[in-house]
Amino acid sequence: MSETNGNSMISLEDLKVYYDLGGGGLFDRLTGGSKERRVVKAVDGVTFDIKKGETLGLVGESGCGKSTLGKALLRLTTITGGRAIYKGKDIAHMTKSEMREQRKDLQMIFQDPYASLNPRMTVGNIIGEPIRTFGLANGKSVESMVQDLMETVGLSRRFIKRYPHEFSGGQRQRIGIARALAVDPEFIVADEPISALDVSIQAQIMNLMEDLQKEKHLTYLFISHDLRAIRHVADRVAVMYLGEIVELAEAKDIYEDPLHPYSKALISAVPVPDPEIEAEREHIILTGDVPSPINPPSGCHFHTRCQYAIDACKTTEPELVQIKPNHYSSCIRISPEQPNIEDA
Amino acid sequence: MSEQNGKLLSVTDLRTYFQTEDGVVKAVDGISFELEKGETLGIVGESGSGKSVANLSIMRLIPEPPGKIVSGDILFDGVDVRGLPLEKVRDMRGKRMAMIFQDPMTSLNPFLKISTQLMEVTQLHLGHNKEQAYKHAIDMLRTVGIPAPEKRIDNYPHEFSGGMRQRVMIAMALSCEPELLIADEPTTALDVTIQAQILELIKDLRNDFGTSVILITHDLGVVAGMTDKIIVMYAGKVFEKAPTRELFKNPANPYTKGLLKSVPDPAHEEGTPLYQIPGLPPDVAHLPPGCPFEERCERAEDICKNEFPPFVQINENHHSLCHFAKEVYAESTGGGE
Repeated sequence: MSETNGNSMISLEDLKVYYDLGGGGLFDRLTGGSKERRVVKAVDGVTFDIKKGETLGLVGESGCGKSTLGKALLRLTTITGGRAIYKGKDIAHMTKSEMREQRKDLQMIFQDPYASLNPRMTVGNIIGEPIRTFGLANGKSVESMVQDLMETVGLSRRFIKRYPHEFSGGQRQRIGIARALAVDPEFIVADEPISALDVSIQAQIMNLMEDLQKEKHLTYLFISHDLRAIRHVADRVAVMYLGEIVELAEAKDIYEDPLHPYSKALISAVPVPDPEIEAEREHIILTGDVPSPINPPSGCHFHTRCQYAIDACKTTEPELVQIKPNHYSSCIRISPEQPNIEDA
Repeated sequence: MSEQNGKLLSVTDLRTYFQTEDGVVKAVDGISFELEKGETLGIVGESGSGKSVANLSIMRLIPEPPGKIVSGDILFDGVDVRGLPLEKVRDMRGKRMAMIFQDPMTSLNPFLKISTQLMEVTQLHLGHNKEQAYKHAIDMLRTVGIPAPEKRIDNYPHEFSGGMRQRVMIAMALSCEPELLIADEPTTALDVTIQAQILELIKDLRNDFGTSVILITHDLGVVAGMTDKIIVMYAGKVFEKAPTRELFKNPANPYTKGLLKSVPDPAHEEGTPLYQIPGLPPDVAHLPPGCPFEERCERAEDICKNEFPPFVQINENHHSLCHFAKEVYAESTGGGE
């Protein structure tokens, strides 16, 4: 897993992001508040590599910690423990000024193209700001850089003086992408970049991101709850559940041969746009909701919803192990000798 | 309810327009469809296609002004809904036709207990007294799969998760065993595993109560497994209307074809670039005289720019709004895929 070779862009080692909600203090006990200290373990010991030039898809349901993980990589949230190694340096322990410098290489695209652009700034200023901040150009040349970027993402150069509200959702997402590209980054965290868009526009943005990746040799962490989109854009996919990675494999393998019971259920839940397949298909319906990430279930976090759970699952914390070549899964009931949970 | 077939709803040439500063927006512009008893209809379209306005019109929930149903007939079980006085419509809403919305948090009153909100429906429509209504509310929560309904009934909406709130909405909608359930993007705000639960629930309830369902969604995967027939809307018009299997197998409209191709499909995928429909959905306040899809259509010709396309009948149940409907249909049947 964590062989840090020249191949990897970012290596995560036991990365943790906890949010302390308080509670459990003297005051809480006296006033009938929470008896125990309440901690949200949003990211709870994640270890994997993101390889140079790949798109790593990160999937999971809301509240599983996937966005927090993305933010942690850019230090947009405080890292509680573990390491995130980028070019030999640990992002978790960089000083503020080192981190600021580093953000030139590490950029982010956000989900909501309505909320992530300042409505009072023109497109020219939105895309130009990072260029000026990092001193990549000044004066007139900023404007021509901005116009080139706009052209790159498929916006007309004439729109440079316009404001975000004058654009559609898909066009705004293009502005967000242009802003991320402005500093010529190596690595982009795309947090649900297509979720807020119409179907016909989603395809446009996915294709744009793929073209840019080829052209500029970008590495993506593509976060989404849309498994169909992930399947299309990602080279490898990590499945996350309650702060932990439960499966990591080549995109094709995750879809055609999911090993972890949670991945199986997740993939089975996606409706297929083909009525004939849909009529034949058996859906695995998980019961209940995702448990609260505040003090999550003991042992394997998934045992409360898992049809294959045995007593040991309540106590043993599973490790992410290689079950098949380049196919990792964390479930104590499967092993390289016994990869199929149905046979366990 | 009744096993025998028969028309429950028929909508003919419905037009709902909105007066805006930008001009008249023809949100729904001449749509027609029919729904049999016990049948499920899918309405597919992107934002702004008019799919929600069409259904709000059926429920007479269009805010007037700025909106207005300017023409068309809405017959629900033989009753002319459009001509009905509002208090009569109110009697029908919730009792005979009910609606669930995309966002279950904004459609429940956060200040009222679930019990109050559920009881209101049956007290109003079925004349239940408090005790009967309370009991019925617990039964409904049990039907939609809420664990320990006796305990949960006095909770407030914020004490439920998104999926559970949608279940509460469905319980409320089904309280009076309506003949028609309109579900407007019921699972869009939910996670896939919860989406699967809710869709399964709607299927079961449809089978148990014989409810007719209109399912509005932008997700072709959702309609594929849930519906008997589909209408595809674009710019306030019905672009295609067909039985579900036929629509997926042999689409007769370039827009439908494009939509189907632009969905990444995990069941058969080759890893080639995804098909994309170029351009943007049109501004419905300023539509061109020709086909509203013309600018984005890969097989558009001069006629498409100048003349509004005809609604071509392909076979008994299959229609498509396109100058070249027959050709497009022939391509998709003739081993073109």
